[in-house]
Amino acid sequence: MTEILSPDNEQAVSQIILDCKANNQSVKITSGGTRSGLGGTVQATKTLSLKSLSGITLYEPAALTLVAKSGTTYKEIQTTLAAEGQRLAFEPMDHRSIYTSQGEPTIGGIVAGNISGSRRIQSGACRDAFIGVRYICGHGEVVKNGGRVMKNVTGLDLVKLMAGSYGTLGVMTEVSFKVLPAPERQATLLIAGLSVEQAVNAMSKALGSPFEVTGVAHLPNNQDTSHTLLRVEGFDSQVTYRLDKLRALLVTNQDVKIIEGSKHEDLWQTIRNVDIYNDQAKQLWRISVKPSDAVIIAQQLREKTNADLYFDWGGGLIWAQMDDQLTNAQSVRQIMTGFGGFATLVRASATTKSKISVFQPQASGVAKLSALIRQKSDPSGIFNPNLLTSMNLNGGG
Amino acid sequence: MSTIIMPEPDLAILDRRDEIIAALERALPENNVISELAETIAYECDGLSAYRCPPLAVVLPRNTQEVAAIMRTCYELGVPVVPRGAGTSLAGGALPTADSIILGTARLNQHLDIDIPNRFIRVQTGVTNLSVTGAVEDQNFFYAPDPSSQLACAIAGNIAMNSGGAHCLKYGVTTNNLMGVTLVQADGEIITLGGEHLDTDGYDLLGLICGSEGQLGIVTEAVLRILPKPEGARPILIGFDEPETAGQCVADIIKSGILPVAIEYMDRLIIQVTDKFSGAGYPDVEALLIVEVEGSEAEIDQQLEKISAIANKLNPAALRQSHSEEESAMIWKGRKSAFGAVGQLNDYMCLDGTVPVSKLSDVLKAIGELSKKHDMQVGNVFHAGDGNMHPLILYDANKLGDLERAEAFGADILRLCVEVGGCLTGEHGVGIEKRDLMGVQYTGTDLEAQMSVKDCFDPNWLLNPAKVFPLALSAARRNRAVRP
Ligand SMILES: Cc1cc2nc3c(=O)[nH]c(=O)nc-3n(C[C@H](O)[C@H](O)[C@H](O)COP(=O)(O)OP(=O)(O)OC[C@H]3O[C@@H](n4cnc5c(N)ncnc54)[C@H](O)[C@@H]3O)c2cc1C
Repeated sequence: MTEILSPDNEQAVSQIILDCKANNQSVKITSGGTRSGLGGTVQATKTLSLKSLSGITLYEPAALTLVAKSGTTYKEIQTTLAAEGQRLAFEPMDHRSIYTSQGEPTIGGIVAGNISGSRRIQSGACRDAFIGVRYICGHGEVVKNGGRVMKNVTGLDLVKLMAGSYGTLGVMTEVSFKVLPAPERQATLLIAGLSVEQAVNAMSKALGSPFEVTGVAHLPNNQDTSHTLLRVEGFDSQVTYRLDKLRALLVTNQDVKIIEGSKHEDLWQTIRNVDIYNDQAKQLWRISVKPSDAVIIAQQLREKTNADLYFDWGGGLIWAQMDDQLTNAQSVRQIMTGFGGFATLVRASATTKSKISVFQPQASGVAKLSALIRQKSDPSGIFNPNLLTSMNLNGGG
Repeated sequence: MSTIIMPEPDLAILDRRDEIIAALERALPENNVISELAETIAYECDGLSAYRCPPLAVVLPRNTQEVAAIMRTCYELGVPVVPRGAGTSLAGGALPTADSIILGTARLNQHLDIDIPNRFIRVQTGVTNLSVTGAVEDQNFFYAPDPSSQLACAIAGNIAMNSGGAHCLKYGVTTNNLMGVTLVQADGEIITLGGEHLDTDGYDLLGLICGSEGQLGIVTEAVLRILPKPEGARPILIGFDEPETAGQCVADIIKSGILPVAIEYMDRLIIQVTDKFSGAGYPDVEALLIVEVEGSEAEIDQQLEKISAIANKLNPAALRQSHSEEESAMIWKGRKSAFGAVGQLNDYMCLDGTVPVSKLSDVLKAIGELSKKHDMQVGNVFHAGDGNMHPLILYDANKLGDLERAEAFGADILRLCVEVGGCLTGEHGVGIEKRDLMGVQYTGTDLEAQMSVKDCFDPNWLLNPAKVFPLALSAARRNRAVRP
């Protein structure tokens, strides 16, 4: 067991990092602990839990702004926002079902992984709503960047750099967001029976229409038939109007259904959280591509790895579950060499993970820059050692 | 004498002028190098025209390979490079120094690929902002970030400044609409970041490049997200006798759950000047809001009804809902001519600080007091929905000392913006203009973190040096620059 430290203020976090620096130690940064399966297996001398660094420090509904300490639970933020009819529009995925992990997801973990959900295609990713940060860098000092206003181009945008850096550039202590109004009504048009190719075309058409679809997914094998799902949101009459328009635009003679209410909530939760691929013995891949490439990539994945898969983001995001064999993982990497985009190995056994790059290998120029940035921000290698290892110089895998 | 100082040019570089020009000519066998003063003088300033200095030479490459050849040459010779788009920056971001070359994007002017099914366009970065929408308009798509300078400004400058526009309350700014770039680094190495898919594993270097003001590399190509055009859009005009009530109205609209595409604010001075200039027929009030919503006709009506109801609770002095394209054009006419109208009146300095929306009324009041203290006139016209203010300080460029007084007034306003929780610049960038005020918003440690990122991309500090970071803070880095 490594020592677990639970500071409840920024100053204490800074002191811990200074101590690590002085004593040549490293930390594994955790908070809710629900996503620790992401990335390479961290080997650190201490565990730094940010759970106690918690609380919303500022919420101004009329300014669409929320600031919270990084250990604040997502649940608390959601509840607070909902009371004012607002939300974080990027609807972060909850990783508890794919990892069967316990605990409460925190906002710091969401930012660290740039965790976004189905609404990514319309409202942007976590990084798009993320407008300010305070963190402790590898020198033990407090660094702030961005702020609490949504338009800010003052200096280099280190806020973006922190989102998706998995804590390897610093320990985030406070994060700010642009929030958005929650809609009065949500509903989904379900079209049954489309092939993958037909579905990608239909989804593209929907996304190219002015009817503001906010979720576009295709489940190839739902109860023996495929389901293509188009979500719309807005004022009551607006939703009715948009459903009608989409139906007229897309549907010829397929089966159509409209889903609303609690069933609707469950449906998108399942899609966002990848609930159906929770078999711990299997590999899980998250693959982001140009939507029109999805058809052929999916076909190759099926042929070479026998994967189960479904599509979010109008085809731009593929979730694929397959047997946990190294050869399958190698096939995924092999297939991706023919396309732009990236594939992340979200779940696999420690053995598989040790043999193949968890993240998409980077071109050498990008890897070199990334390694340099890391080195500047954390010269002693204190933060989450090994988490991003497989991305470093020359990628590997 | 103006107050912003640029470092003395490096005499060793000036001495090697002929050698440098010859090397650039060798690097660009099929493209000419501009080095006659009669021609370089056209590049002596950007939109912050009080500051001028012709560069040593100007190159206008046609593709990424040519840019790489120039960068390799300048790297080897230790010559600073100032990237330039259309030169509309209001912050002096594209201001040359005598010992630097201007790398202009004017000939990087190709639209490379339009992909409607996947909703992106790939361009060379010298194309104008408006031409991007122009290229996809007939397919009912558009490029969302719409700076008022969009007819002239280049995508290169938009990316470097992370530019916004009137519609970014709904659609975000450049960084939210940028999917990928090709970047030539200081040593000539070419990398690509992002692409035709969304997000990317690893550090978000794309997000870092956007808004980096030419500090990290030369952006030669970009993949931009394009969006389907809304079915329609219409504004409502609301006038109030008290600026505070207008501020309240903005807050109430946002809280109600409506997300307008734009909420613009004009104060009395701007209303009067623009009305006289454009004949928009604005009411005689203290504060005017233009709120625009999008959707089908019915959707628009419904949202405008809701907004009217919110405004009516606050006893507006005027309320005019547009019902047609003509009425919409009339409402926007004055606002769109605001800068031109003020320009006819006097010279002006345009600031760009952002404040929390909740602090708008307080800040407007405080600006009024500062205006008295400095004895200078100021007009306010800005994007109220996101708190991005644009105070226009009126001064007379021909009157000795007036520019300096305007700059001092401006600095006080920006300090105020930071004090209430905002920032120095919402969309125009730091450039030279706000460079030495950075310490108001950031600590030395904050700035060190940013400069150390520049070190990774540009170890010799040859890219657009003496911008963005306070001169004193960056001196050691700039001076250690390798100058063979
Ligand atoms: C009348 C007027 C109205 C304006 N309205 C708005 C507005 O509504 N919203 C807004 O955001 N801005 C506005 N601006 C400011 C300005 O137009 C924007 O900042 C614009 O994006 C600058 O583009 P440009 O091509 O002119 O860039 P330039 O002025 O040429 O350069 C701007 C910066 O970009 C860097 N740069 C240029 N090319 C490259 C490259 N290839 N690679 C790396 N760096 C590069 C330059 O070094 C410089 O730092 C306005 C300006 C004017 C004059």
